Amino acid sequence: MPNGTIAAHEEHHGHHHPALQHHFQDLDQQHEAATLGMWLFLVTEVMFFGGLILAYTLYRIWYPAAWAIGSEELNIYLGGFNTIVLIGSSLTMALAVRSAQTGAQRATVGWLIFTIVLGLTFLVVKFFEYKEKFELHHVPGPNFQFEGAESPHVQIFFSLYFALTGVHALHMIIGVGLMSTITFMAYRKRFTPEWYTPVELGGLYWHFVDIVWIFLFPLLYLVDRSHHIV
Amino acid sequence: METTVVESPVNYVNHRHTVASWLLTYDHKRIGILYLIVVSTAFFLGGIFAALIRLELTTPGGDLLSADVYNRMFTMHGVTMVFFVLVPAVPAVLGNFAMPLMIGAKDVAFPKLNLLSWYIFTIGFIFTVVSMILGGVDTGWTFYTPYSSEFSESHVLITGVGVFITGFSSILTGLNFMVTIHRMRAPGMTWFRLPLFIWALYSTSLVMVLGTPVIAITLLMLVFERGLHLGIFDPRLGGDPVLFQHLFWFYSHPAVYIMILPPMGVISEVIACFSRKNVFGYSFVAFSSLAIAVFGFLVWAHHLFVAGISPYSALIFSFLSFAVAIPSAVKTFNWTATLYKGAIWWKTPMMFVFGFLGLFLIGGLTGLFLASLGLDIHLTDTYFVVAHFHYIMVGGAIMGYFAGLHYWWPKMTGRMYNDTMGKLAALLIFVGFNLTFGPQFILGYLGMPRRYHVYPPEFQVLNVLSSAGASILAVGYALPLFYFLYSLKYGEKAGANPWKATGLEWTTQSPPLAENFPVTPVVTEGAYAYSKREMKVA
Repeated sequence: MPNGTIAAHEEHHGHHHPALQHHFQDLDQQHEAATLGMWLFLVTEVMFFGGLILAYTLYRIWYPAAWAIGSEELNIYLGGFNTIVLIGSSLTMALAVRSAQTGAQRATVGWLIFTIVLGLTFLVVKFFEYKEKFELHHVPGPNFQFEGAESPHVQIFFSLYFALTGVHALHMIIGVGLMSTITFMAYRKRFTPEWYTPVELGGLYWHFVDIVWIFLFPLLYLVDRSHHIV
Repeated sequence: METTVVESPVNYVNHRHTVASWLLTYDHKRIGILYLIVVSTAFFLGGIFAALIRLELTTPGGDLLSADVYNRMFTMHGVTMVFFVLVPAVPAVLGNFAMPLMIGAKDVAFPKLNLLSWYIFTIGFIFTVVSMILGGVDTGWTFYTPYSSEFSESHVLITGVGVFITGFSSILTGLNFMVTIHRMRAPGMTWFRLPLFIWALYSTSLVMVLGTPVIAITLLMLVFERGLHLGIFDPRLGGDPVLFQHLFWFYSHPAVYIMILPPMGVISEVIACFSRKNVFGYSFVAFSSLAIAVFGFLVWAHHLFVAGISPYSALIFSFLSFAVAIPSAVKTFNWTATLYKGAIWWKTPMMFVFGFLGLFLIGGLTGLFLASLGLDIHLTDTYFVVAHFHYIMVGGAIMGYFAGLHYWWPKMTGRMYNDTMGKLAALLIFVGFNLTFGPQFILGYLGMPRRYHVYPPEFQVLNVLSSAGASILAVGYALPLFYFLYSLKYGEKAGANPWKATGLEWTTQSPPLAENFPVTPVVTEGAYAYSKREMKVA
């Protein structure tokens, strides 16, 4: 390394924050880059779910009766409970970000753990919902059983139900893993009001996964239910 | 900016030597080299499949390969070349290496993510190679349902998963590049001082970020359907296989622009340097990249003209497909205008640019034939289509890639390759290419369908010509391997700026320091200030 470089290196990196990576000028630049990156990632996620929702929309227009029948097979109470759980977890997540921002380190850890618990609750409820579908032979494939003339179309409905909620649940599992890492970092007191980017970006991801569910719940559980309520 | 560069004996190549220092590197330049190795391997592999296809087609009968093996050959040729060569070649190899240097950054915004992208890419490639070793795929690279989901007995699942995984490498690279271009530019590097290669990469990244997730979910649906028996495209349940085609082409048509936009950016760099002129109509060339990226998303259904889509939507898609020709033509005219009254310097990169211009012109114009609704019915699934997209992808994209590789090679390695050999390679590729794919236009027009391993005897002359051309092409593509490797040890030292080019990457030593620049550069002028310089060449 030539002398000039070393001098320049120390000039820029004399007393920097431990979280500042060498290729950034300052924490602001690093934070802005990370935030933009996260938003772009969420855009790719929108496109990812978009493909499935397109398939959903097409078949819903083609087979409205099957969609009505299929959606009535879903357990609206468990789905509704899970919706409340996820909205609650978005609140605890927002509070975790707020705590990190104000430097309340213990509160950050607490709210993050709360968020993880709610996320796990969602997954456990989802597991029991899936289990019920397996028992009723509502899982598409050779063992699929459904009475009535709409049976093949209902199978498409359930295919999309499992694809959409399955991919969503995978995102939840990744989210719980992500939150665990961030909780560990918070527990080690890595975040300060000056730098808490991971909490904020983790929050963005969590809210996104939550919003996906906010779309999935009415699309899958509530579609056309008003016409068929007994 | 006209300063002599203090050469340091330490650079990004030799500051660390262990294998681990390469495999665990966060340095964008080293990651570019890692991509170069995998992409070159894939190119070689895809070339072998192509060679077998051309060998089979020298005779009308099916004497070398059975119909089934032939199906696997063209599928694996397509899968390898599209997903593991054309899509990553320019952005992941040249973009990774040159982009941060060109904007005056120390690295991309997310170096670890960059390394992760390479690992994801390589794992996807390994999956695909494993499926090939097990016997390959026979669906065509388009994986159309219900054949792929239901009936094919080949390894669709493994290949599908391989391509799915690779998609994420593309997504993450696009994301990384966009953030880097937004946030990591050196002081004074405004948007309109950016080299046009950066504009092209930015537009490409936009397509990668918006398009690739759709192919990912589409392939995932295919995997669900084949592996878990979900019924999303299954016609027996009332599902729609054409939906798969829509979703597939929603990515795969824009993917054509992922393949061609970055080479177009390379062309702008090289043509300015070797004409010693500013690129004519800088902002038009810059915005035409964005226009291609945006229009590119609105034309996918021109692949479905004969799939039974509504004639009204076909009409609109036909019109929009014609519209994409406008920004492409803007670029071509501007490049030609750049050459006008330029001081043309006949060096290898420029030879590839001339090759690009000729081949891209033919490829682009024949695309208009296919965008016409009536004519397309006659030409669909014939060799005319095969010739057209090879003119764009190989004649355009690979020519541009080679132009860039020959342009930045001295920067990457610090060594000059043999210019005469380089020109010879460019010439062989140009001649061999036209001989290979020119006759295929005629074959297609005469009605020879693609994807058959036998054909009527009257087509033999043109097919033999095509195969003969392919062997010249093979020599042309093999040559650079030798003179590039030779240059690594015996090549002349390049110095910081062998082409006397403008651009920040030429202000640092070759090969560059691990942190790119001794001090962060400050930019005071546009990208192509060739006219301001007293730099006589040749």
